Amino acid sequence: MKIRRFAGFAASVAVGALALTACSSGDSSDDTTTASGPSTGIVTANSSEPQNPLIPTNTNETGGGKILNMIFAGLVYYDAKGETHNEVADSITSDDQQNWTIKIKSGWKFTNGEPVTAKSFVDAWNYGAKLSNAQLSSYFFEPIEGFSYDKDSELTGLKVVDDTTFTVKLTSPQADFPLRLGYSAYYPLPAAAFTDMKAFGENPIGNGPYKVADGGWEHNVQIKLVPNADYSGDRKPQNGGVTLKFYTSQDAAYADLQSDQLDVLDAVPDSAYSTFESDLGDRAVNKPAAIFQSFTIGQWQDHFKSDEEGMLRRKAISEAIDRDSITKTIFQGTRTPASDFTSPVIAGWSDKIPGNDVLKYNPEDAKKLWAQADAISKWSGKFTIAYNADGGHQGWVDAVSNNLKANLGIDAEGQSYAVFADLRKDIGQAQLDKKSGLTGAFRSGWQADYPSLFNFLGPLYATAAGQGKGSNDGNYSNKTVDDLFAKGSAEKTVDAANADFQKAQEQLFKDLPAIPLWYSNVTGGYSKLVGDVEFGWDSVPLYYEITKK
Amino acid sequence: MAWYIGRRLLQMIPVFIGATLLIYAMVFLVPGDPILALAGDKGMSDALHDQLVAQYHLDDPFLVQYLHYLQGILTLDFGTTYSGRDVGDVMRDVFPVTFQLAVMALIFEGVFGIGFGLIAGLRKGKIFDSTMLVASLVVIAIPTFVLGFVLQYVVGVKWGLLPPTVGSDVSVKTLLMPAIVLGSVSFAYVLRLTRTSVAENLSADYVRTATAKGLARGRVVRVHVLRNSLIPVITFLGADLGALMAGAIVTEGIFNINGVGGTLYHAILTSQGPTVVSITTILVIVYIFANLAVDLLYAVLDPRIRYA
Repeated sequence: MKIRRFAGFAASVAVGALALTACSSGDSSDDTTTASGPSTGIVTANSSEPQNPLIPTNTNETGGGKILNMIFAGLVYYDAKGETHNEVADSITSDDQQNWTIKIKSGWKFTNGEPVTAKSFVDAWNYGAKLSNAQLSSYFFEPIEGFSYDKDSELTGLKVVDDTTFTVKLTSPQADFPLRLGYSAYYPLPAAAFTDMKAFGENPIGNGPYKVADGGWEHNVQIKLVPNADYSGDRKPQNGGVTLKFYTSQDAAYADLQSDQLDVLDAVPDSAYSTFESDLGDRAVNKPAAIFQSFTIGQWQDHFKSDEEGMLRRKAISEAIDRDSITKTIFQGTRTPASDFTSPVIAGWSDKIPGNDVLKYNPEDAKKLWAQADAISKWSGKFTIAYNADGGHQGWVDAVSNNLKANLGIDAEGQSYAVFADLRKDIGQAQLDKKSGLTGAFRSGWQADYPSLFNFLGPLYATAAGQGKGSNDGNYSNKTVDDLFAKGSAEKTVDAANADFQKAQEQLFKDLPAIPLWYSNVTGGYSKLVGDVEFGWDSVPLYYEITKK
Repeated sequence: MAWYIGRRLLQMIPVFIGATLLIYAMVFLVPGDPILALAGDKGMSDALHDQLVAQYHLDDPFLVQYLHYLQGILTLDFGTTYSGRDVGDVMRDVFPVTFQLAVMALIFEGVFGIGFGLIAGLRKGKIFDSTMLVASLVVIAIPTFVLGFVLQYVVGVKWGLLPPTVGSDVSVKTLLMPAIVLGSVSFAYVLRLTRTSVAENLSADYVRTATAKGLARGRVVRVHVLRNSLIPVITFLGADLGALMAGAIVTEGIFNINGVGGTLYHAILTSQGPTVVSITTILVIVYIFANLAVDLLYAVLDPRIRYA
């Protein structure tokens, strides 16, 4: 999901969310089910009004994503640890990681009675990819043969073999392709959807563990989801339904949680950062999430190019930042200092990648490195970090700037943009060497769409994603890294692929295209009325597991 | 009288067109790219961007966009939000809630403001009067959000007397606390206005005459003092109705109310022209009607005022 930010009140509805297994009282849903069957209470949880109609390929933020994940079942689903399990899929196989054969289980139905077939997936993906349908998540189909960003084109790589089988041809081998199939963009759609997509977005028909109750969506207020009796997958609801209440302010949600008007909260407001763990005791959740935060120094910047001087300076800057203190004081422990370019909740993550000592606070060494760089070519001027003022970034930008001032003896400060879109625009201009208001580095970050190590690396550091063609905003380009990405993507197993990606990270630590800062934590909590609350890898609670009397 | 009302209503037409044009122009001039904002941190391809820009008519020149919007309005089509919802539907959701909240706030400030103000004015310089003056000053000095958070925490969370937020349950009970918070500052102003006005009118010639005639004190106060003192207060309350409806952003946020202020705020942030213009236009109309009602009330309160 994308990280969206709104100013002031609406503050970071989407952002806050996230992380891995909650510290809940044990893993559990089993013992409750065997003993007494599913509980029947209606669980209430916080969320936000979907920003787009509820169409899987047009939803790119958590407000809509949470609902879609409950009312749809994809080929695979993710458990709390981010492991992938087949849901509608029976098997997903490939010999060369490029041509995939997907078999689905028979007997699945949409809530309108229509069967879920291979065609349900192929048609939905084609709809999502077609340019004139203007779907926000269309880029997810980029790896499939036939995809085009510039014109309407069919996904020629998709072929329906029979009702329960279809094949997918990718443009290049991608070992982690099955890992992404649990993301909402890949959900199937019933034929009924295509006759009137607008009406479908208002009254979606899914095949997931829940369905929208009749008239259950009160816009900007709440959405009521009830168990779908036809659902036959692993994510069987253990409660009588889930009502997502929409909040524009997390403070209001927190007040509701404290007075038992709300059962589960997945984003604690800033104002309660210092108190929520004592307020809630063992019902508080605070764990790293699949969100990586950094700031990027463009490869176009003088004195920071990928030569000896640039590398010395990048390293010096990284070592001059006291990540421990900043996460403790500015964020009150709701960030975890980074030890790589990905996230601890992703399978394959490691904090022992050679070269990651550049993330350790080492002011003496930083000073020395900076002096060495100055010996090559003298630096003058001001180091700036651009950020959007509506996202709560000013605090840490000021703190990092102070670190740089104190430890490197240079002038440093933040460059404030009113909203993120303005910053984006200037980054885009700078990438293409056009006139831009951007004066230096800029904040960057990534929230994974699916639990894959590569998802944190490929889109951000591959040469092909640079120059405005992807999310490689700094135009970083390194052959070793590109080769390792390609090698990893063609490996037979995810483990072998991850080994290649970790090697690629070793190179990233040398070049520091972005300076890793920290992982955002999921901060949340739950009321005394519910049990078995566990947060998924994407920091969204696994609502179906929650029990309530 | 009918002629007067008719003329006032006709005046609304140019005001309506002027207001929509001005507001539309302002939204149009807001910097930033709302389409790019839809994509969040990850950006979007140029072709997709162009596609969406065309879909929302954002590539048309200003006047074409505006006429397109006006044309829709004439058929009661207020346009759609970026989430594909009909702006008319959005307004049908939020206006009743906000209206209820604003009216409750208005009743609160009217009843308590005028009541306390009257007593204070009658006992000018006494202990009750001084207490009220200090108390109202304190209320004016406390920012709304502080009062809101404190009340929510103490009454809603700690004591559990009232629900801390509103959400889907819009009722007099849930709206009570937000209405008090929303009306608190105006309450203080109404109190002070009434007090000053009453104190002044007490020494007016016609009051002395009425008292000299031997009228009961209660009747003098009700009919001669209070009624004449209400003119500035009513003027204030009339203008305040509009302000309460549009200006409840903070209160709505604290108590999670799906109302006009929050919707408008969000629409402005995301440059959703049709939503912003439609809501503001309705607010303008509310202002006009409220003012008309106030003007007509003058004649009721003060027999010296006549509309021909």
